[in-house]
Amino acid sequence: MRRHRMTIRRRDLLKLAGAAALAGGAPRLARSADNSGVYDLERFGNARILHMTDTHAQLLPGYFREPSVNLGLGTMQGQPPHLVGRAFLDRFGIKPDSADAYAFTSLDFEKSAARFGKLGGFAHLKTLIDRLRNDVGPGRSLLLDGGDLWQGTGLANIMQGAHMVEAANLLGIEAMTGHWEFTYGEDALRRNLERFKGEFLAQNVYLTDEAAFNDAKAFDPATKRVFKPSMIKEIGGHRIAVIGQAFPYVPIAHPKRFTPDWTFGIRDEELQKLVDGLRNNDKVDAVVLLSHNGMDVDLKLASRVRGIDVILGGHTHDAVPQPVPVTNAGGITLVTNAGSNGKFLGVLDLEVARGRVSNVRYRLLPVFSELLKPDAAMAALIEKTRAPQAAVYAEKIATADRLLYRRDNFNGTVDQLICDGLRTQLEAEIALSPGFRWGSSFLPGQPLTMEDVLAETAITYPETYVQRMTGTQIKDALEDVCDNLFNPDPYHQQGGDMVRVGGFIYTCTPAEGIGRRISDLKLGNGRAIEAGKTYKVAGWASVNEQKGIPVWDVLARHLGGGKPPDGRNTGVTLRGVDGNPGIAG
Amino acid sequence: MRTVHTDLPATRRLILRGAGAIALTGLGIMSFGIAPVFAAANDKYPDDAFKQKGAADAIKSLYGRTAEPSDKVKLDAPEIAENGAVVPISVTTTLADVTSIAFLASENPNALAAVYRIPPGTLPNVANRLKMAKTCDVIVIVEAGGKLYSATKEVKVTVGGCGG
Repeated sequence: MRRHRMTIRRRDLLKLAGAAALAGGAPRLARSADNSGVYDLERFGNARILHMTDTHAQLLPGYFREPSVNLGLGTMQGQPPHLVGRAFLDRFGIKPDSADAYAFTSLDFEKSAARFGKLGGFAHLKTLIDRLRNDVGPGRSLLLDGGDLWQGTGLANIMQGAHMVEAANLLGIEAMTGHWEFTYGEDALRRNLERFKGEFLAQNVYLTDEAAFNDAKAFDPATKRVFKPSMIKEIGGHRIAVIGQAFPYVPIAHPKRFTPDWTFGIRDEELQKLVDGLRNNDKVDAVVLLSHNGMDVDLKLASRVRGIDVILGGHTHDAVPQPVPVTNAGGITLVTNAGSNGKFLGVLDLEVARGRVSNVRYRLLPVFSELLKPDAAMAALIEKTRAPQAAVYAEKIATADRLLYRRDNFNGTVDQLICDGLRTQLEAEIALSPGFRWGSSFLPGQPLTMEDVLAETAITYPETYVQRMTGTQIKDALEDVCDNLFNPDPYHQQGGDMVRVGGFIYTCTPAEGIGRRISDLKLGNGRAIEAGKTYKVAGWASVNEQKGIPVWDVLARHLGGGKPPDGRNTGVTLRGVDGNPGIAG
Repeated sequence: MRTVHTDLPATRRLILRGAGAIALTGLGIMSFGIAPVFAAANDKYPDDAFKQKGAADAIKSLYGRTAEPSDKVKLDAPEIAENGAVVPISVTTTLADVTSIAFLASENPNALAAVYRIPPGTLPNVANRLKMAKTCDVIVIVEAGGKLYSATKEVKVTVGGCGG
């Protein structure tokens, strides 16, 4: 990264982007808010459910590159969501070089970003949501959020998500569930929920036995459920049940100190009883699961639990244009996943009859910010919310010298920079960085500010660490994370991608079992990492409490230092995945 | 313990709370593997079984025969342990004449974790916590009517972190 403070201003960048688009012969100038016919949906059914998920507090439109590597193995190979690039376009009938191809895949990302612009933004989302709700008329729609609404920016971190509650209220979210929401701890979570006008639903969060014994607060002390598990909403004369499914592995994926009194899990037996109760006792006409399980977990769950019509899924950030039908003992359950970063809005139109859903239409609409006029009230709220930090966050630290992104099973250019920063700033041989699936993308030439640095790193446990680890411990750490990604049983996967590494290379054989996937670990100088030898390792986002400086300061210093990326010491060699359509060719 | 539902009588909830504190003797709901010593007061402590390394050897030492899987044995265990040091594992069964229930973790240094003697007239529901060294099968054996029945579930133990 070059140190860059003066040469390219934001306006210049926009000009450059425009120039690139013209060079490509693209009809960019024709794309404007007046040309939003793409959002004119044919009327269908009698109940419309709008689903957003994993926005990661991205209030403003932005770039987010979809993965070029998203491997599925075994029975999941070649199945959604494990398709990328051309295989993805072919499967879903999307035209290459189209706006949709840009929204849903990583193909020609830089070129297409210049043509089709940024996606998402809450003011744009608000306009789209209002329009789709107005189209069906009052009392005929429902707006749901699948969680990871309150985390993902520096502002969200210092506000502990409070400002996102205001945005959610203005947007009109009627129910949500959670994941990163839990990392603010119980007090902040409850404070936010007191102000949230919708329902926070989670059938799979329970008091621990100790907390129950000490009479800790619970929605239902008899079942020990901490939160309301479900709600029933009447839409167009039909009763629709919405069940919340929070991320099942919060105390495992994150420090347990944030949720000491709560225990999670998938809990599909309890879910089955809940569905049966809603069907048999409450006589609902449709059952929807608002899930933060991740798509692979939802697909397995749909094969086991009867009586759910549609699972509106999130967590794994898979933008899947069509629902996947799953057969179970009770019939068919449709499984969706609605991407991330505010890029998409799921539109589920149901034809509900007495006691059943007779027909379904689903669309996953990309939120092209250039086609939507920002809602004035939401824009004002966003501006007001951002104002106190605006000056600090606007400080330009560097300029992107290449496409910066994170989303990929093994590597991301953003993570490479973080690993470089950890190694140079903390003087370590080796760096480890978590494979989060959130984090903005930046185009070459785009200025990088403190706000941008925080958009890649803002969590409630950002402290870095430096420790000595043996070669065996390093390999075991990689094996453990890799198993979370590729365990053949989706219930044993936590979501997220492979831990990113700096200072060494390795070979990964995803189809192997735990303990046999990771091999040939070699330092940058070509020497093998030895099992019994110790190495100085730097990292962040540890589930154990750490004391080092926050990773965003490490990254900012590194970017400001102007050191070029160290490409020598990175790279994962994949084995046994030839021909897998989860890798872009 | 987590599969408690509202339709259970209030007394059951009180019992479960007691179990959380330490244990109520004589009800077959006890914690931490020390209970079998008391529960089996009239029997010889199965010293040899607890010393066996593998699950098969421990079961053989304890019962002298093998168990058959049964869907009447309901084993409740997490998919992934939130803390490998205290993994909540519980079992209930609809089998009649239950005389003992044993818990094993196949990859622990000594597989047998706990054995409960179930006196006549006791609900055959046991909830306890096992310390698990690593990802492995948790096996529960129910001795009922002189026969052995089992249920098995793999519980993953992970160092955690790095969730999306």
